[in-house]
Amino acid sequence: MEHAVLVENRKTGKIAPAVYEHPYIVRLCHWLNTVSLFVMIGSGLQIFRAFPSFGAKIPERDLINWPKSLALGGWLGGALQWHLTFMWIYLGTGMLYVGYQIFSGNYRQILFTWKDVPGVWPMVRHYFFFGPKPVQHEAYNSLQKQAYTSAIILGLLSVLTGFAVWKPIQFSWLAWLMGGFHWARLWHFLIMWAIVAFVAGHLIMVVLHGWQNFASMFTGWKKDPDYLSK
Amino acid sequence: MHPQIETRKFKSSTRRELLKLTPLIALGAFAVPRLQEPLLKSGLGFSDWMSKGLFRRHHLATTFSDSQLTPLDKFYVNTYDVDDPEVDLDHWTLKVGGAAQKAGDYTLANIQALPKFTQNTRHVCVEGWDAIGRFGGARLSDFLRMVGADTTARFITVRCADDYYESLDMPTALHPQSLLCYEMYDQPLTREHGAPLRLSIPTKIGYKQAKYVISLNVTSVLTKVGYWEDQGYSDYYSL
Repeated sequence: MEHAVLVENRKTGKIAPAVYEHPYIVRLCHWLNTVSLFVMIGSGLQIFRAFPSFGAKIPERDLINWPKSLALGGWLGGALQWHLTFMWIYLGTGMLYVGYQIFSGNYRQILFTWKDVPGVWPMVRHYFFFGPKPVQHEAYNSLQKQAYTSAIILGLLSVLTGFAVWKPIQFSWLAWLMGGFHWARLWHFLIMWAIVAFVAGHLIMVVLHGWQNFASMFTGWKKDPDYLSK
Repeated sequence: MHPQIETRKFKSSTRRELLKLTPLIALGAFAVPRLQEPLLKSGLGFSDWMSKGLFRRHHLATTFSDSQLTPLDKFYVNTYDVDDPEVDLDHWTLKVGGAAQKAGDYTLANIQALPKFTQNTRHVCVEGWDAIGRFGGARLSDFLRMVGADTTARFITVRCADDYYESLDMPTALHPQSLLCYEMYDQPLTREHGAPLRLSIPTKIGYKQAKYVISLNVTSVLTKVGYWEDQGYSDYYSL
């Protein structure tokens, strides 16, 4: 788990706390996943361009004309190569991350549980309605735990829906659970947008929380965390 | 109380932690033009290898009731270059070659003499759309047995009247739902659906369902995989 040190600046004599917040495997998985999410979403949108609809082929009504410039792979075959290559990196990263979190016990840092429920509303009030900032006691507040726990569930669902679309016969039970092949494809698409929404919120928070917070996802160490002050 | 360290030591520790992430730079290989193609090709190859592991010889594709069928006029027709290669239906034969004891020409009547199977299965296009169709024909496995094909060979290659070509791995060719299809919706195949003979392989993606079939070859060596596969699509694409 997290461990803290006091860093003493020899010249000024100032002493500031620092906490090792993000274990190596978590950081490694975070950045691996950053790359594979980018590739999976980009190539997925190019694949979607081949049939931008969820209904019947005839008569076909395109849902959106997604621009090629916001997609990856250039053409359907190219996009499938990216998608079917990086899905294994995405899946492997997810398995490594979840496995590590469980076996190290580090999951407690971000797992949203019943005791976090009362803490969500004060954080929402703080972020969206300029309410007072609730006192922080640990690395992640209730709203963050809720967001990160949801993101992991979304990741799992993106894999399950993806397998239902890719192998609707070998994983017919998965396709059936999702309401059939058409629904599996729609769920896969909607879950992608939910992940995009998470990433957008995540990036806004990264910008708001400044350099020390951002740097900690590279070095693991966070200087002067607000929950450890004084 | 927390242990106390001085700035210099702390900095070297953070630097060490940062350096541990350098293996991630290896992913940059995917951005190098010269490496990108072989990397993606092996990624797709890995995916196909996993697919072969997931394929179960006796696991059947879902079949559907007649009320779930996509009406024939709503069954989208994808062509490769010509809408109709103008096959002479009266003089058509299926040429069988390669590792088959009774290689030679077979007429449609020869194929129709085999037990007929009719099934309502889903045709899934690589583009993402699908249609549930009613397909009738002889089991490919029955036909292969009739022509004395060596089923220890690895592939069946297929040639078509419109120069389209395809290949199937032997386990898929022997799957009980893999048909040499001469009927759709209980009627002889129409020209746009590949008259007089097409493949209906419900465990495979749409581009494997070759139309206007004119020859089958039993072989263990593939020089070409298939028209779309050779442009970069998955060689194996099973569903």
